[in-house]
Amino acid sequence: MIAFVLRRLGSAVPTLFIVVTISFFLMRFAPGGPFNLERPLPPATMENLMRTYQLDQPLWRQYITYLSNAVTGDFGPSYIYKDNTVAELIGKGLPYSIELGFYALLLALVGGVTMGTIAALRQNSVLDFSIMSLATVGTTIPNFVVGPVLTLIFAIMLSLLPAGGWGDGSLSFLILPMIALALPQLAVFARLTRGSMIEALHADHIRTARAYGLPARVVVVTHAMRGAMLPVVSYLAPCAAALMTGSAVVETIFTIPGVGRYFVLGALNRDYTLVMGTVVLIAIFVIVFNLVVDILYGLLDPRVRHD
Amino acid sequence: MSSRVLNLRTAVLFGAVLLGSAPAFAEAVLHRGNSGEPQTLDQAHTSINIEAFILKDLYEGLTIYDAAGKIVPGTAESWTVSDDSAKYTFKLRENAKWSDGTAVTAGDFVFSFARVEDPKIAAGYANILYPIKNAEKVNKGELPLTDLGIKAVDDRTLEITLERPTPFFLELLAHQTALPISKASFEKNGADFVKPGVMVSNGAFKLASHVPNDQLVVTKNPSYWDAANVKLDKVIFYPIDDQAASVRRFEAKEMDLAYNFSADQIERLRTSYKDQVHVSPTLATYYYAFDSRQEPYSDVRVRRALSMAVDRDFLAKEIYRGSQIPAYSMVPPGMASYGEPSKADFAGLSQLDREDKAIELMKEAGYGEGGKPLNIEIRYNTNPNHERVATAVADMWKNTFGAKVSLVNLDVSSHYAYLQEGGKFNVARAGWVADYADAENFLALNVSTNKTFNYGKYSSPEFDALMQKSYAETNPEARSKLLHDAETLLMRDQPVAPFLTQADLWLVSNRVQGWQDNAANEHLSRFLSVSQ
Repeated sequence: MIAFVLRRLGSAVPTLFIVVTISFFLMRFAPGGPFNLERPLPPATMENLMRTYQLDQPLWRQYITYLSNAVTGDFGPSYIYKDNTVAELIGKGLPYSIELGFYALLLALVGGVTMGTIAALRQNSVLDFSIMSLATVGTTIPNFVVGPVLTLIFAIMLSLLPAGGWGDGSLSFLILPMIALALPQLAVFARLTRGSMIEALHADHIRTARAYGLPARVVVVTHAMRGAMLPVVSYLAPCAAALMTGSAVVETIFTIPGVGRYFVLGALNRDYTLVMGTVVLIAIFVIVFNLVVDILYGLLDPRVRHD
Repeated sequence: MSSRVLNLRTAVLFGAVLLGSAPAFAEAVLHRGNSGEPQTLDQAHTSINIEAFILKDLYEGLTIYDAAGKIVPGTAESWTVSDDSAKYTFKLRENAKWSDGTAVTAGDFVFSFARVEDPKIAAGYANILYPIKNAEKVNKGELPLTDLGIKAVDDRTLEITLERPTPFFLELLAHQTALPISKASFEKNGADFVKPGVMVSNGAFKLASHVPNDQLVVTKNPSYWDAANVKLDKVIFYPIDDQAASVRRFEAKEMDLAYNFSADQIERLRTSYKDQVHVSPTLATYYYAFDSRQEPYSDVRVRRALSMAVDRDFLAKEIYRGSQIPAYSMVPPGMASYGEPSKADFAGLSQLDREDKAIELMKEAGYGEGGKPLNIEIRYNTNPNHERVATAVADMWKNTFGAKVSLVNLDVSSHYAYLQEGGKFNVARAGWVADYADAENFLALNVSTNKTFNYGKYSSPEFDALMQKSYAETNPEARSKLLHDAETLLMRDQPVAPFLTQADLWLVSNRVQGWQDNAANEHLSRFLSVSQ
C-alpha cells in the first residue's frame, strides 16, 4: 500500500513537469503581454517593466529560470497584482475555495447519492421521473443563471441571505454560492447513482441476499450500495479537484475571495506567472484526488486491492 | 395589527430615549462598491481608478479634488508660482501628519517622486510627472536620480522646477501617482510598505485590513490634519468586477455606492431607485480611428464622409440608453481650463443633412456606389457594448455608401497591443480617459510624434505646430485659443471620429450625504457621510 502511494507520487513529478512545460509555451502564443493595457505605456516605461520582470530575455532562458524557481516553491511575482507574489495570492485564496468547495462537494455527494438511490428503488415511478428531470435541469442550467436567480430571490426579494461576499465566513454567506456550485455536480451524482444502483439491484448476489430474507435496508445499504458506488467514486476525483480549486463564475457572482478567478483573470491579462501557478495547483489537486480515489476503490472493490 | 406596530414603534422610541445618545456612538460605516480588485496599492505601480479611489482615501497629495471635482490645496496649504511659470514653491501644512504620528515633510515628497522616476522601479505612470525638470531623462536612466527638479528647501517647503511651463501641473499633482509615501516607513519595510498593519499613510483614512477579492477596510486616521471634519469612522471597499453582481448587492442594501453598471439597466434602476441613479458625464471619449497610412482612409473626404454617416444620437440613446452623450469633439465638455470644445463643422447639421453631404463627399472621392468598392474592416476589443456599436456603425455605412463592412474583435490586451505596435488596420475602436483635466491630454494623442497613441499615424504639420506652440504659451487664454485651433483642425481632418462622451454611472444610496457628481469622477470618502 505504502509502496503504491510512493510509486504514484513519484510518477506525479514527470506529469507535473509536462503540464508546466506545455502550459508555459502554449501561453506565449497568445498575442500581447501583461503590460499591453487599454491605456498603452510609453516605450521607456515598457522597457523598464520588461527588464524588471525579465521578460526581455529569450523564452528558453525564462523557462529555465521559471523551472528552477518553481522547484524551490517560488512561483514568481504576479504581473497584475503587483503587491503580491503568485504564491501569496494562491495561499490567501485557496482556503476559501477549499472550504466552499468541500461543502459543495458534500452537498452534491450526499444529495446526489440519496436522490439517485431513491430514484433507483422506485424505478419508473413519478418520483423517479421527477428526480431525474430535476437532475437534467441541474446539469443544463449554467450556474451563471442559477447564482443570480438565487440572489434575486433570497437576498433581494426575501432579504433572508446576503447577496454576496464572504463576510465572517458564517453559513448564511455560504449557502447560496454552495448551492450554485453544487447543483450541476449533484445532478451528475444522482444520475450516476441511479444507473449503477439499478444495475446492482439486478445483480445475482442481491437476488441471493433477498432470497435469504435479509431486510431490504441491509440489502440496499450494505450490499447493493457497495457495488453501485464504484462509478460515483471514480467521478469523485475530477469533481473534488474542480470544486476545491474554485469556480471563476461562482466566485465572481458572489464575490468569493477564492482562487478560481485567477486562472481566467490571469489568462485574459496575460499574467503568465499567475496562470502557471493555477495550472500547477489544479494539476496537483487532480493528481492527489486521483490517488485518494484509487485507494478508496481498493477498499470498495476487492478485485483492485493494492497489496 | 396597526396598534401592534404602533406599540412596537413606541417601544423602540422609548428604548432610544433610554439609551440617550447611543446613536452618536454607533460607527459610521460607508459600504463602498469598487468595480474591481486593486492590482496594487503602491503609488509607483497604480494605473486604474479602482486603485485611485482607495489610494486617495489613504493618502493626500499636494493638491486634491474637492467634492465638486475642483482642485484645492491638500497637504500643501499654499503655493507660489515663479513669473516664468517654471517653478512652484509649496508650503506644507504644519499639522500634516503620517498615521504613525510623525510629520509629513518635504523630504517625503522628494523621496516619493524620485522613486516614481527611478528606472529600477519601472513605474507604469512615471510619465505623469514628466513635466518636472529632467524627470523623463532620469526615468530613462540618462541622468542620475539626484538631477530630478524637486528639492526640499526645509521640512515644510518644497520647490519643484519644471521642464517647461505646464498649465495643468496642479491637476497632475492630484493624480494617485503623485501621492507621497513615508520615507521612514519605506526604508524600514521595503516593498511591504503597502500591506495592512505596515502601511503608514497621511490621508483621512488608514488601511485596516485587506482580503483580496473580498473587501478592503480603511478606518479613520486620527492623525489626519482635518480629522475633526471627517465624518466616517470606516469605509469598506468591495471589489466587484461583475457589474450585475454589484447592482444586486446595492439592491440587497449591502452597499451604499456601486460604481459602473450595465447601461441596459438604467431604465429599470431609474424606475426603482429614482434619484439614487447618477449618470455623470466624464472626461472620456469613445472614438474610432482611421488608418491614414492607407487608401482610402488617407483621403480626408472619405474619413469625413464615414464620420458624418454615423448617427451618434442613435448610439447614445439606443445602445447606451442615455448613459453616454453624443460627441463631435475629441476633448470632452466639462474641462474647466478649456471650456466649450471645438466641435466638427457638421455638428450643427441634422443627421439627414449629414448623410446627404457624406454621400456627396464619398462620390467626390470616387468610392462607394458607382465608384471604387468600399470594403471596411472594423476592429474593436471584445465587449458586448462595443460589438453593438460596431454592428450599428457597420449598418450605417452599408446603408449610406453601400459599403461592405466586416467586424473583427480581439480581447483587450491583443487589440491594444496590435494598435500600439503600429499594426495596420482600416478602422479601429479606441477610448481615452483623461489622466488630468486638461485638453492637451486628448489632443496630444494625434500629434505625429506620438508613436504609441496615434494609432492611425495621422500627420499634420499644421496641427503639430499649434500643439508645439501651446506648450510654450504661458498665458492661459492664449493657450486655450491655440488648443481650440488645434482641435478645430483635428475635427476638420477627422483622423479620429469621436462618437461619444462617456459617463460614469453610480448608484448612490439615500443614506449617503455630501455626494456631488463631477466630470473628474473624484469622490473622496472624506467629504461623505452616512445617516444611520
